[in-house]
Amino acid sequence: MNHLLNIVKKEVRELLTPATIIPIVVMTLVFGGMGSMIGGAAAVAKEKPVIGIINGDEGIFSDIVDETIRNLSAVVYNGTSGDVDEGVETVKEKGGVALIIVSSNFSDSIFQNKSGEIEIYWIMRGAGIMDSISSGVVDGILREANGKISMKLIEKGDVNATFALSPTRRNETTIFKGKEMQGISPGTISAMLSSQSTMVPIIMMIIIMMAGGMVISSMGLEKENKTLETLLTLPVKRSSIVAGKIAGSAIVGLLMAVIYMVGFKYYLTSFEVSGNVNLADYGLTLDAWDYLLIGISLFLALTAALSLCMVLGTFAKNYKSAQTLTVPVSILAIIPMFMIMFKDFSTLPLALRIVLFAIPFSHPMMAMRSLMFGDYPLVISGIAYVTIFALVMIAIAVRIFKTDRLLTGTISNPLKKRR
Amino acid sequence: MPAVEVRNLVRDYGKVRAVNGISFSADEGEIFGLIGPNGAGKTTVLRIISTLLRVTGGEVKVFGHDVTEEAGEVRKLISYLPEDAGAYRNLTGREYLRFIARFFEVGKKMDEIIGRGIEIADLGKRIDDKVEDYSKGMTRRLLVARALMIEPGLAILDEPTSGLDVINAQEIRKIIQNTVRQGTTVLLSSHNMLEVEFLCGRIALMNNGEIVEEGSPPELRARYDAANIEEVFTEVVR
Repeated sequence: MNHLLNIVKKEVRELLTPATIIPIVVMTLVFGGMGSMIGGAAAVAKEKPVIGIINGDEGIFSDIVDETIRNLSAVVYNGTSGDVDEGVETVKEKGGVALIIVSSNFSDSIFQNKSGEIEIYWIMRGAGIMDSISSGVVDGILREANGKISMKLIEKGDVNATFALSPTRRNETTIFKGKEMQGISPGTISAMLSSQSTMVPIIMMIIIMMAGGMVISSMGLEKENKTLETLLTLPVKRSSIVAGKIAGSAIVGLLMAVIYMVGFKYYLTSFEVSGNVNLADYGLTLDAWDYLLIGISLFLALTAALSLCMVLGTFAKNYKSAQTLTVPVSILAIIPMFMIMFKDFSTLPLALRIVLFAIPFSHPMMAMRSLMFGDYPLVISGIAYVTIFALVMIAIAVRIFKTDRLLTGTISNPLKKRR
Repeated sequence: MPAVEVRNLVRDYGKVRAVNGISFSADEGEIFGLIGPNGAGKTTVLRIISTLLRVTGGEVKVFGHDVTEEAGEVRKLISYLPEDAGAYRNLTGREYLRFIARFFEVGKKMDEIIGRGIEIADLGKRIDDKVEDYSKGMTRRLLVARALMIEPGLAILDEPTSGLDVINAQEIRKIIQNTVRQGTTVLLSSHNMLEVEFLCGRIALMNNGEIVEEGSPPELRARYDAANIEEVFTEVVR
């Protein structure tokens, strides 16, 4: 055989291992998933938004607004005057985005060079990036109506230029997770919550991937150096070895998290514009009890992650093979991170909600936003689930440490022992 | 009471039988050697006695304690040195010895153990260097010190001088002999026939998972009319 071909064959066999293939496949799947999410977002943006309208004015300018809205959206509630609560409820039931109320003196005000008032009740369903797309579309429709009125005023002539460009004003109220927040739009709320939407999942993902990687690599190194063999022959309980490894990695992981959080906080602050709305003004604050719940959720998720890594680490034959075993943990950390960034738990389809709930790392990622809106059942049930998950993983890890699987790669059944 | 008692020991890895019904015993205070070609089953036997591997069949006792049923008790009495083992690279030699000593004693007694370990390792000021900066010989001396500093009832040493130069190997052999004088029983495996002949009171020759010969070096030499154990080994394994 040709020498060059011989070397090429050897190189390909050496390089084409699961350790090199799996990360590429995973990244492909992640990008594919992101692509389909973005595609989904584009489809949502093209759809007509579902809205309700109460037009209390019969003037020409309210007609422009009315016509523009009807042409570009699907109207599920229509009234000339009436009950706002009924309109909001109808729009909510029909999965709509907003109830738009054109005030009774809308056209008269504009004729008098005063801004015509459009009252908007936004029905906000989630704080993820994709959740605010529909409200963005409605926002665009209202801007278009505003533009048409401007054109009409300019055609009419004899009008103040500044007023002609902005003849309407909005009075916005956003209803989100049972809270009614006046003077604020879903976009502003999404922007305010973006630090929670992005920072917490990213930090959590980094902690899990790094601390988990440490546990698995440590197992690989211990096997490679045979320090594990020494450790297992010392008079120490197997449960102490497992707990010690998990606790040690958790401490380092949390330390890393603090460092990352400080850096990331500064990074995000650099993007914030001045004059941001204060969340506390809308009752969106966390008290000591909430922070305690977040801390518990974070600690338990980290314990669950490290316990899972400990179990995976028992499969590591050496340091190199340990690197491959971090991939499943990374996937489990990346999936909830993207899902939570794009959508709220409550706005996901049921199947995805089950997947998100089943991944233990999702819960601290969702906890801060959930607690801000008083969704205690989700947080507490998440804590209970993650506790059970962590205990089961620790029990499996201790069980494996009590067998000789760590050295042989298979679990020998003591019941089969022959005498 | 024998320090180690192995009866009809069998160990399978899946369908492969690594150890096939061997029996032997080592008395307190002696150095018992297991020798044999690669894959003979020596390390498997040592790992079973060290409570790392479970037995498939038969019985193994260390100072009367069953290695399966009373693994915790056995671990208090033994010290195992795996072949080609390393230590925690980010610890200094002293920190590594302290880490191990903490599993056995606290306070002054722990300090005594560490002091003994430092003396056995004989690394001078390098004991406070990180393990990652040690040569192979220095690491091995540290590990031998770790294994022997606790004055175990039974020291199980798998190829204790493997990969070492003549000087380092000789020093480790002296350390092992000194430890036995203090009352420790040593069970060792080695490829180095001269080392085994020099150190061991009795030897078991393993081949294909079975003990094919057993006796003291002079007995074995006489039995095969051989000049040394290397010749005996070659004759038996052939």
